[in-house]
Amino acid sequence: MEKKWAELSPEEKREERFKRWLSPDVKFSSPEAEKAYKVRLTRIIDAIQLREPDRVPVNLPAGYFPTYYAGITLRTAMYDSDELCRAWLKFMQDFDMDTFGGPGLVFPGRVSELLDTRISKWPGHGLPADARFHQFVEGEYMKADEYDVFLNDPSDFCLRFYLPRTLGALEPFQRLSPFTHALGMPSSFLVSCTMPDVQAAFQAIVDAGRELAKWWEAVEDCDQKVMAEGFPSFRGGMAMAPFDTFADTLRGTRGIVMDMYRQPDKLLEAMERVTPMNIEGAVLAADISGGPVIFMPLHKGDDVFMSDKHYETFYWPTLKKVILGLVDEGLVPMLFAEGSYNRRLEVIKDLPRGAVVWHFDQTDMARAKEVLGDTACITGNVPASLICTGTPQAVKEYCRQLIEVCGKGGGYILTGGAAVDKCNPDNLRAMMAAAKEYGTY
Amino acid sequence: MPGDLVNLLADLKEEEVIKLTKERLEAGEDAMAILEDSRKAMEIVGNRFADGKYFLPELVYSGELLKQITELVKPRLTQSTETKRLGKVVIGTVAGDIHDIGLNIVDFMLDANGFQVYNLGVDVPVEKFVEKLKETDARILGLSGFLTPAFDVMKETVQAVEAAGLRDRTKIMIGGGQIDDEIRKYASADAYGKDAMVAVSLAKGWVGAN
Repeated sequence: MEKKWAELSPEEKREERFKRWLSPDVKFSSPEAEKAYKVRLTRIIDAIQLREPDRVPVNLPAGYFPTYYAGITLRTAMYDSDELCRAWLKFMQDFDMDTFGGPGLVFPGRVSELLDTRISKWPGHGLPADARFHQFVEGEYMKADEYDVFLNDPSDFCLRFYLPRTLGALEPFQRLSPFTHALGMPSSFLVSCTMPDVQAAFQAIVDAGRELAKWWEAVEDCDQKVMAEGFPSFRGGMAMAPFDTFADTLRGTRGIVMDMYRQPDKLLEAMERVTPMNIEGAVLAADISGGPVIFMPLHKGDDVFMSDKHYETFYWPTLKKVILGLVDEGLVPMLFAEGSYNRRLEVIKDLPRGAVVWHFDQTDMARAKEVLGDTACITGNVPASLICTGTPQAVKEYCRQLIEVCGKGGGYILTGGAAVDKCNPDNLRAMMAAAKEYGTY
Repeated sequence: MPGDLVNLLADLKEEEVIKLTKERLEAGEDAMAILEDSRKAMEIVGNRFADGKYFLPELVYSGELLKQITELVKPRLTQSTETKRLGKVVIGTVAGDIHDIGLNIVDFMLDANGFQVYNLGVDVPVEKFVEKLKETDARILGLSGFLTPAFDVMKETVQAVEAAGLRDRTKIMIGGGQIDDEIRKYASADAYGKDAMVAVSLAKGWVGAN
């Protein structure tokens, strides 16, 4: 590179990241596979940048579907990386697709057990063994009066408050002395490490880390195989809206509502504080993965979750800062607006052109295209209910309508409103068929 | 000034609401009158939600204020001041799903609107819904679910109600995340409600209280 990274404009950085995405560090299985990879990815990049691709790209909303399709439970997939990879590779072999969501979204059950994770339940661990999803456990992992603790030193808050509450194995960390005490006497942090339970906590980290390394090796191997066959991966990293960091992760629904009324200034200050951290985490992940698209699941800012005024006070300002921070780094935030965003469209329009992707769940897509069409790529929203319970014909027809409305002039990727875990496999094939039949430019 | 509490609570003025409640209790006022004002306020809150003026935070916050009022008033309540209920409703999040934000709001709004609510919580096995319907003789069942696996479980739950011979007398409403009218048909439920106030008006319609 001639210019230093920091001297590049956001657009130049994005170009660089797209180039790296188009030429991944992988040995393709054949020249055809390499060509197919580039064709598929160019299709997606064109859509993101509001150009007309050769046809409408498809992102199959497969979620955990590969487990169902391979005839294994999610529990099996979470505990047996061979079975996990077998399922995902089978899915890849049997389905045509433009982009592939790898098995990395399945988190290893044994690691969660070693850490005694309290923030999620999974099949056979708080949920029936045959459950098809793992689920987040909302809680008050930060108390109402701890905003100052967080603001004074977010790292200390994470180490001695957040981790001990969310990971049972690290509960003894609440007895650690603040790491800043090491200044001047570096070994002083060892004082609390003389306690057997603190030692056990560190041991749990070592054990979980080893387990996770094995798991990731298998997942990475699977990802490489998929890419070698010519399927680009969509997700390069993840980031959260600062409001959701507090509403979902730290305070819970009741807690956040109380804060909005009782201590709005503290909440606003804390969200500002966390904003650069949310950006940094995603940039780091993207640098490692080589994928520029940052998945941002948006939760508690949807049409029902808050009023326009609350959205514009609490949700959008810091979300916008995270988005712009990522865009400045040449990344492409893909904002998953779960629920509906019909009343937000005019507000969220205020972003640089061709810089983000909006994934809508239950939002009116015709209006979304009308309002956002000239500034942002949109993607969505075949209802999960239709994919799970409808016929292939009905799914295909729904896709046709979406393509006709949203596909005009490019800037559209066909996908589901939400991911599905179990459905008639032909319903996913119908999505691809629809794009090929109706989505050619 | 009995009207004041109604408006202050409906407008979510926490400090004033608590202050006024205490003043009225100190003045020796009947606890039931305060609760009656609170009920009226909740009705306004519910209507504002239905009209798109209030949203989830306003519902949750009003619920917290109501809880505080109830705590203050409790010591003055006697057993005989039990209110008359419009009907009984059994609700819960179906098996395999542990989401409860929507469920608890439906619980609160049904309760505030005069229903006796039996909230079975999350990850409720099919049989437990059936048992509770039998035990309470409730004629309305509300099933909540956030994720796609809920589609099948809702269907199974409706079938279990049918198999227990309770289907004819039970109205079943469903709602939550990915639930829509498509799933109402799939699960053979009677109605889909997009939010808590729809649940209230469905329930009122079924007991003939609209």
